[in-house]
Amino acid sequence: MSQNTVLEVRNLVTRFDTLEGVVNAVNGVSFDLKEGETLAIVGESGSGKTVTMLSLVGLVPSPPGKVEGGEVFLTGLGERRDLLGMSPRELRDVRGGEIGFVFQDPMSSLNPVLTIGEQIVETLMRHLAMSREQARDRTLRLLAQVGLPDPEQRYRSHPHQFSGGMRQRVMIAIAVACTPDIVIADEPTTALDVTVQAQIVDLFKRLRDELGVAVIWITHDLGVVAGLAERVLVMYGGRVAEIAPVDDLYENPQHPYTIGLLGAIPRLHERDTRRLASIPGTPPDLLIPVEHCPFAWRCDYVTDRCWKEVPELVEVDDGHQVACFCNLERGRPHNGRR
Amino acid sequence: MVGDEVVVRVKDLKKYFPARAGLLGRQRGPVKAVDGVSFDIRRGETLGLVGESGCGKTTTGRSILHLVRPTSGEVMLEGQTLGNLDPEGLRRLRPKMQMIFQDPYASLNPRHSVGKIIGEPLVIHGVTGGRELAARVSELLELVGMDPAYARRFPHEFSGGQRQRIGIARALSLNPSFIVCDEPVSSLDVSIQAQVVNLMQDLQQQLGVAYLFIAHDLSMVKHISHRIAVMYLGRIVELTDRNTLFEDPLHPYTQSLGSAVPIPDPKLERRRQRFILEGEPPSPVNPPSGCVFHPRCPLSVDVCTTRVPELREVRPGHYVACHLVDEKGSSKIGTEPVPVPTTQ
Repeated sequence: MSQNTVLEVRNLVTRFDTLEGVVNAVNGVSFDLKEGETLAIVGESGSGKTVTMLSLVGLVPSPPGKVEGGEVFLTGLGERRDLLGMSPRELRDVRGGEIGFVFQDPMSSLNPVLTIGEQIVETLMRHLAMSREQARDRTLRLLAQVGLPDPEQRYRSHPHQFSGGMRQRVMIAIAVACTPDIVIADEPTTALDVTVQAQIVDLFKRLRDELGVAVIWITHDLGVVAGLAERVLVMYGGRVAEIAPVDDLYENPQHPYTIGLLGAIPRLHERDTRRLASIPGTPPDLLIPVEHCPFAWRCDYVTDRCWKEVPELVEVDDGHQVACFCNLERGRPHNGRR
Repeated sequence: MVGDEVVVRVKDLKKYFPARAGLLGRQRGPVKAVDGVSFDIRRGETLGLVGESGCGKTTTGRSILHLVRPTSGEVMLEGQTLGNLDPEGLRRLRPKMQMIFQDPYASLNPRHSVGKIIGEPLVIHGVTGGRELAARVSELLELVGMDPAYARRFPHEFSGGQRQRIGIARALSLNPSFIVCDEPVSSLDVSIQAQVVNLMQDLQQQLGVAYLFIAHDLSMVKHISHRIAVMYLGRIVELTDRNTLFEDPLHPYTQSLGSAVPIPDPKLERRRQRFILEGEPPSPVNPPSGCVFHPRCPLSVDVCTTRVPELREVRPGHYVACHLVDEKGSSKIGTEPVPVPTTQ
């Protein structure tokens, strides 16, 4: 695989000014996305995974939200373009052009009064300056490519005539319509049944390989990620807790939060009922600005230092970075899962 | 520990809803949400009920408790037939059968204190009152791992996981022998799910309560259940113990379900054989003829399109509704069962 970087995110900070106070949603997130790779961003609700993605492409509703710091560079095709410095117009060209999106709820992402065909044609005409005729041909090919039977008829259908899985296929067709470098998928299978989820995951894998597109797959589900991603980034409290190649993360998790998460999920292939490891406490309250490790309240391995400083990401193995003092001071917290 | 005594017996339970369609709202035949479901649950046992959305799992749970009146069929709770009871008789039986709901935000009254929410069943059924009531509420809060002082607080002050604990305390207040748990953890974060599931298992050990655990997350259902029933379009297609269901599934639907569930282990995922069903479950308004699964079944033969397969006990304790299964086994759809780990 090529190691060209297509996206660089550095120290991204996003806050929301609400009636109850300032919500510190994203507190300095950095990562790179390589050409054609699938990076999973895993976290629980409020971990900042969705806001991170929205911040990249200027979709944070403002007010109340504001990207307050950091740099985001789109680095495909040898250019290095600053996304955060772009005008709304330039950003519109990027969205749907270089970066495609698939959201959790396809029904609220599709326009209910337009036919499926019109919605895809619109994207193509806007971004690729195609004629209506060209756009129509390409749309029919796209519908077939995402596995919708009878594209001619689907072209003329409205979203309500589709099931959840078929709508998600349409969203994927729109996302890849302009041959983007990057597709950002936010919980794309969460609302789907397990057999349909498997269909959509397979479709993603096929398209990724056919089109060579890089994918950011945002999810709370460590199961889906295992069979799909090449690298996994675990978020907690608006920060990156751990980032590692997929095998490494599951076999050799280093952050106590990752270890806790992996211990908390039941596995279908386990014969005996082991007690699930539970992480005590609740996810952090983002209204409280944190000057220390955001996981300190819930961590079994907490030290004095964890309450005084924010741990930075440190490389512990090839491509494996962890933000935890345990690793620096006392070696690994423990072997494998609890 | 699972006892021998049957707490709940469900026999040929059916729940049909009238369906209207078109501009004039003409009657268009009933929606057979639950179409002949039968099973037993023993004391201290958890029966998992799984299936995709719209398969009738929630309606099954609600019909068992007679929160909706079943169209036909029989439910017996500790030997008493619910269908024969008048509303008052049913009300008097309610303490024995309770429910835990999916949404911990919608199922607690925001205007009532936690103490009132948990104590209300005790007051309504005249079990206890006054100072004794407060003591029992404290005891229940401790039982679900919460501070008794929380009795004076209100639901909005709590997180989803804590609210679910309050819902569990309420369900347990009258010492029920049976609780229907309808997706009790699916709205919670992963780390909180584990807390609630562990609590439910501990309480079962302590109190011997039987659960009907309804969920769509197969890994979680397998984790908590002793036996599992798989539903498809209003019917049970397979029912057996938790390990057999995934290691030797007989129904083609169960086989494909097992192969579709992702396993959080990248190496295993890469070498796993999968069989992914095409299409999506059909609408119960207009179900297919014969075996309702036949349009998606890779093995279907002529008889499947015309005759409805009965749920039969093909091996001791292993029930399956498929024409292609006999005592020797079944055809496999080309996927290996869920791999059994060699280590651990």
